Amino acid sequence: MRRSVASPSRAAGSVLVHGVLAVLAAVFLLPLVWMVVAAFDAEPSLRAAPPASLTLDHFSAVLTPETVLVPVANSVLICGGAALVTVAASLLAAYPLSRYTLRFKRPVMYVVLFATGLPITAIMVPVYGLFAQAGLLDSRLSTSLFLATASLPYGIWISKNVLDGIPIELEEAAWVDGASVWQSLRLLVLPLAVPGMAVVGIFTLVLTWGNFFVPFILLNSADRLPAAVKIYAFFDQYGGVRYGELAAYSLLYTLPVVALYLAVSRALSGRFGLGGAMKG
Amino acid sequence: MLPLVPALLLLLSFFAGPILWTVWASLTNAALTGSAAAHTEFVGTANFQRLLADPAFFNSALLTVVFLVASGVVGQTVLGLVLALLMQNRGAAVRMAVGGVVVGAWVVPEVVAGFVWVAFLEREGTLNGLLEAVGAPTQNWLYTAPLLAVVLANVWKGTAFSMMSYSAGLAEIPTDLKEAARADGAGPVQVVWHVVLPLLRRTVATTLLLVTLQTVQVFTLIYVMTAGGPGDRSMTLPLLMYREALRFGELGYGTTVALALLVIAGSLSALYVRALRPEEVR
Repeated sequence: MRRSVASPSRAAGSVLVHGVLAVLAAVFLLPLVWMVVAAFDAEPSLRAAPPASLTLDHFSAVLTPETVLVPVANSVLICGGAALVTVAASLLAAYPLSRYTLRFKRPVMYVVLFATGLPITAIMVPVYGLFAQAGLLDSRLSTSLFLATASLPYGIWISKNVLDGIPIELEEAAWVDGASVWQSLRLLVLPLAVPGMAVVGIFTLVLTWGNFFVPFILLNSADRLPAAVKIYAFFDQYGGVRYGELAAYSLLYTLPVVALYLAVSRALSGRFGLGGAMKG
Repeated sequence: MLPLVPALLLLLSFFAGPILWTVWASLTNAALTGSAAAHTEFVGTANFQRLLADPAFFNSALLTVVFLVASGVVGQTVLGLVLALLMQNRGAAVRMAVGGVVVGAWVVPEVVAGFVWVAFLEREGTLNGLLEAVGAPTQNWLYTAPLLAVVLANVWKGTAFSMMSYSAGLAEIPTDLKEAARADGAGPVQVVWHVVLPLLRRTVATTLLLVTLQTVQVFTLIYVMTAGGPGDRSMTLPLLMYREALRFGELGYGTTVALALLVIAGSLSALYVRALRPEEVR
């Protein structure tokens, strides 16, 4: 009870802080409320208001192959592919950077760090130009590879941190016991790296899933568009009439990202703080 | 060395390649359609001269700076710091609830964030509903104040990052320093100003740089909300780049705008590498 003299003012301060936090939270929540309400409201408008009656019609209206299923399958293909390539390529690249004394290691790590800061937006026009000349436009594969490349700088950066955290003594002990390099990698390093690499993969998935600009520029066939771009066509097409369906679609498109984010948020807030991880 | 090959191959072809192509294309009259598309010619510094004489470019550069300062530097970092400071030492339930809502806005894909803000600010939207309820005048915010609208949306979208970054930084500040200052009779504001902020300087610097890099490239949010309009009143550099290169089909000139953006981002990124240098690279 050292501070008993000050406690009345402290209590008042605490009430004030909680009040301010409540207001800020409400302000952050307000824009999102519309999406959730309108998705279930039988007669939705642009205004967040208590729904007159609830319905699931908007969901059944958008849950068609053309509107949701194909775009989501495209997203899974493009973003899942990008995540796999990012994980594989950055783990491979990180291994020598973490284990060997290389003369060019420092410059490489500087370039990687520098690249984590370069915005994808700024290179999309040149990428379009280059893809047009190379005949790579409107291809899900090249879009996926480009997204993987854009995620590589931070992928390599985190992967190196992950591998740095695995003591090399473990491998050396295995070699003494007669294991080959490949065996020690497969049986020792890989299992220990799995949690960290899962973070890289899921994080890439979250960022690419939410990325609109890259597929918007690189793809144009309607049946190849991922959910991020399809949703825009949806908005454009109905010119703000079918709010309920737009809201339901937005909700369906957002939920996987939220789920994936929740899956990694613990790991992210802990060991894997990094720079440049939020671009996209 | 062999394991580095896939990553290097990807980075060289999809990252370094386009950047080098940018430099070349900005010196040509490359176009999507018409005679310049078939016969691309070297035009020297013509694109750069045009850029420097183009009022649209200066308008965009100015809007980008305003957008950057208002939404990134001031909005996101100040609000993020305030949230982190207020949430420090609060109960787990409060941190979960407030933090969850703020991070929720961050996790929502940019396109959805754009829609949600259109719905919020439209003539028939929620904000006007609230204003009507208190008898205040309403307006079509996306038309009357497009830049303010995208600034607010970007603050909403991005504040979580600086909040999390500052929270992590605050957690590393030893409590006895704050206790000592309090014992010396410092009030909460004085403790923050004289003890916490100086110790947080590095976190502030790196967060500010990352937020700046993030904000300077925002395209989707603005494109969905205003598409750069009405007129050119929210046409930041990424939107101008997109319009010139892919809407108007002038790849060469659009690439020059991209190069300007790349130079700005590259300088910021170099600053960022410098700020991190001492400990991070081993």
